[in-house]
Amino acid sequence: MNSIIFRTVSRLLMGLMLLFSLFLLWRGHNEPGGGFIGGLVAAAGLVVYGLADGPKSMRLILRFDPAAIALTGLFVAVVAGLMPLLGGSDFLTGLWLFIGSTPTDKGLALGTPLLFDIGVYLAVVGGVAGMVVAIEESI
Amino acid sequence: MPHSSTRAGFLVGLISAAALCTWFVIQVPGIAAGQAKVIAVDWVPRLGVELSFRLDGLSVLFCLLISGIGVLVMLYTSGYFKNHRDQGRLQWLLFAFMLAMLGLVTADNILLLFVFWELTTITSFLLVGFDHENRKARRSALQALLITGGGGLVLLVGLLMVAEIAGTYKVSELVASGELLKNHDAYAVVLGLILIGAFTKSAQFPFHFWLPNAMAAPSPVSAYLHSATMVKAGIYLLARFQPALGGTDLWFYTLSIVGAITAVWSSIMALKQTDLKLMLAWTTVMALGTLTLFLGSDVRIAALAAMTFLIVHAFYKCALFLVIGNIDYASGTREVDRLGGLVRALPVTAVIAMMASFSMAGFPPFLGFIGKELKYEGALAIAGEPYLIAAAALAANAMMVTVALTIVIRVFLKGETHSDRERISEVSWRMWAGPFILAAAGLLAGVFPDLLAKSIIQPALSEVLLRETTVKLSLWHGINVPLAMSIATVVIGAILFFRVGHIRRQIIRVMRFWPVTGDRTYQRALSGTERFARNLTDRIQSGSLSQYLTIIFSVFAIAVTIVWITHRVPLDITKLTAVPPLALVISALMIGATIAVAISRSRMLSICALGIVGSGVAVLFLIFGAIDVAITQLMVETLFVVLIAAVMLKLPMFTGQEHPGAGGRTRDASIAIGCGIVIGLITMAVGVSPLDLSITDFYEQASLPLAYGRNIVNVILVDFRALDTLGEVAVVAIAALAVIALLTVRPQKHSS
Repeated sequence: MNSIIFRTVSRLLMGLMLLFSLFLLWRGHNEPGGGFIGGLVAAAGLVVYGLADGPKSMRLILRFDPAAIALTGLFVAVVAGLMPLLGGSDFLTGLWLFIGSTPTDKGLALGTPLLFDIGVYLAVVGGVAGMVVAIEESI
Repeated sequence: MPHSSTRAGFLVGLISAAALCTWFVIQVPGIAAGQAKVIAVDWVPRLGVELSFRLDGLSVLFCLLISGIGVLVMLYTSGYFKNHRDQGRLQWLLFAFMLAMLGLVTADNILLLFVFWELTTITSFLLVGFDHENRKARRSALQALLITGGGGLVLLVGLLMVAEIAGTYKVSELVASGELLKNHDAYAVVLGLILIGAFTKSAQFPFHFWLPNAMAAPSPVSAYLHSATMVKAGIYLLARFQPALGGTDLWFYTLSIVGAITAVWSSIMALKQTDLKLMLAWTTVMALGTLTLFLGSDVRIAALAAMTFLIVHAFYKCALFLVIGNIDYASGTREVDRLGGLVRALPVTAVIAMMASFSMAGFPPFLGFIGKELKYEGALAIAGEPYLIAAAALAANAMMVTVALTIVIRVFLKGETHSDRERISEVSWRMWAGPFILAAAGLLAGVFPDLLAKSIIQPALSEVLLRETTVKLSLWHGINVPLAMSIATVVIGAILFFRVGHIRRQIIRVMRFWPVTGDRTYQRALSGTERFARNLTDRIQSGSLSQYLTIIFSVFAIAVTIVWITHRVPLDITKLTAVPPLALVISALMIGATIAVAISRSRMLSICALGIVGSGVAVLFLIFGAIDVAITQLMVETLFVVLIAAVMLKLPMFTGQEHPGAGGRTRDASIAIGCGIVIGLITMAVGVSPLDLSITDFYEQASLPLAYGRNIVNVILVDFRALDTLGEVAVVAIAALAVIALLTVRPQKHSS
């Protein structure tokens, strides 16, 4: 699609959507959002960019092979699931770390579910982007 | 040896086989004293399957043959395939086959026995098809696989029935519950199933034809599998189950008749052959028939004849196969008409060939003589049909004399070889050491029969008869009926040998009009199956997407309707709650968009309208407060529209031709409307039935204290039901990989 307007707008749009996707990923545990939705939003942003600039530049900005990103995501999710095994808990049990907690406030809560969600995010982004790139390259 | 993997395969195989063989030899005295060696490890305890192995008299006889001959064959292979690029593969396969075979004869659990049984089938498939670029080798490998593998499945059913009747999966316990099995109503069925398994494996009539065809395998493979080991697996099974299932008229007549037909028929077929290897293959079928014949009776002397002949046959037949391999290797031909006088060029091979042939012909002082005398003695002792069995044994033995004379006189002593080779020279030591040891063993065991009698044959016989017995073998039995029959055998064999050209022409003339052969029946069944499969596939996998969708959606609508009517699902519309006005507006928009999809003549318009429907669903989720679901739906819908649009842009506009006719449109419309009604009804039915909110309540209460999150949907996804999510993510990744593979692997037609 050789439209200069679309191409210019698509970059801006992609940037916004990627930022928004990270925002969704981060706040997902308490507000609407999460890794799956964030991943879809990010993928949609990338797809818009890919439609405007072609699959080659989409590959370029992804830096890594989409399939590798997807599999990395899967790997991260599995690792997040395996970590509690070290502490003797069951597979996929949540492990939490409370940074700066006080008796009334839990502070910054970081846990393996967040890592798991990041894995989901990566798997969705890589999977969808990979399919789109493959389709665009073949037509 | 060129490759390290070749050397590794050879050394691992050879050293392991030698070590195993040594270990088995060490076990012999203990086992001869009646102490079976048992090793058991739990495998699937819940199903009662354990990796249990039992080394008793019968097993150790087979184990010694398998591992001992394995060593010799592997050594032989390293010479025969010297500098062959695939020697490593062959060595590894031989080794794998040996392990499978050892497992088969020692397995003490019936399911384990079956697993090893099929493992030998699979490894033999790979071994027969070793020369995989040759069409004939592939066909033979497949034939052997289908027949022995199919027989294996039949055997499995039989074994399971036996185990259920006897109430145990342990082979050693099963064998002792003969009375229970023989008096059971299903005895005939069980027996039939097990015998089919044994007969396919051991190439008994009418399944015998795969064995001569399997001669497409390289010589060492034929020597190992098709003379000494794999084809004896069926014989092992018969011997093992003789105490459990034998001793009845049914067992006796089935085995005697099948064995006799196999032996006599293959004798005739062997006479017809001019290829030495095929000639040996048919005599192997004959030997297997003879073994079956003798296992039919539970008379002690008959079983003794079978056990002795088993060893005799393994020694001489394996040696002869390797000798034929040497002849082929040195001269480039196996055709008996082109060979002659090879004793000058291949003196060592000639000596081996003579020793092995004399043992086969049953000349004293070779072990073959003892085997033959025992066979005659056994045949005459069988109460049921002594003359039938004696006559079959006589015919088979006379044939062996003929084949032995053919090899010794026609190939090695008389005439000259007409070969393409300029010079025929003796093979390397690796290629004569194995056959020499086997042939010499046949001589040594004949001169000193006590070497085997007490230590090997007696324990094996005790297992077959399931009672203590003593064995004494000797060369000289005095002047009696068996000796007279031996003399008759030699005379008939010699006459056949001098008339063999004439007989061969007669057989070929008759065979031309022979209506059915196993091979042709097999071919017909195979191509019939292929034709049926092709027709079926053409019908249910037309490749037309619209046809698939028609079938899927019609089945869905009809099936749900049937369930609905038969289960009388109640549907009380008055209980439906009121819908917010905004939802009504959105619904109207969606209905309009749906109609637009159906009637539009432009792809782009259809896709956009479809997008409106999807986005409408997302807005409905939003109205009812499911924000996460709404975002997901919106994103998926957007991606879907963008992707389809990207693909569709490259396609031409609707021309009207791809639209089905009026009848087709009516059909499509009714399917679509039917599905819509069914889905709508289901949704309503769900809406009116009382909702169980206990799970929702639990998540609402537990989300924050247990998982530190207020967004229940996300907490469920990443914590409470994270395993589901992990599975879904894996599906996403795998689906993406599959799409990428499908699209990139496809051959590019347009780009050059």
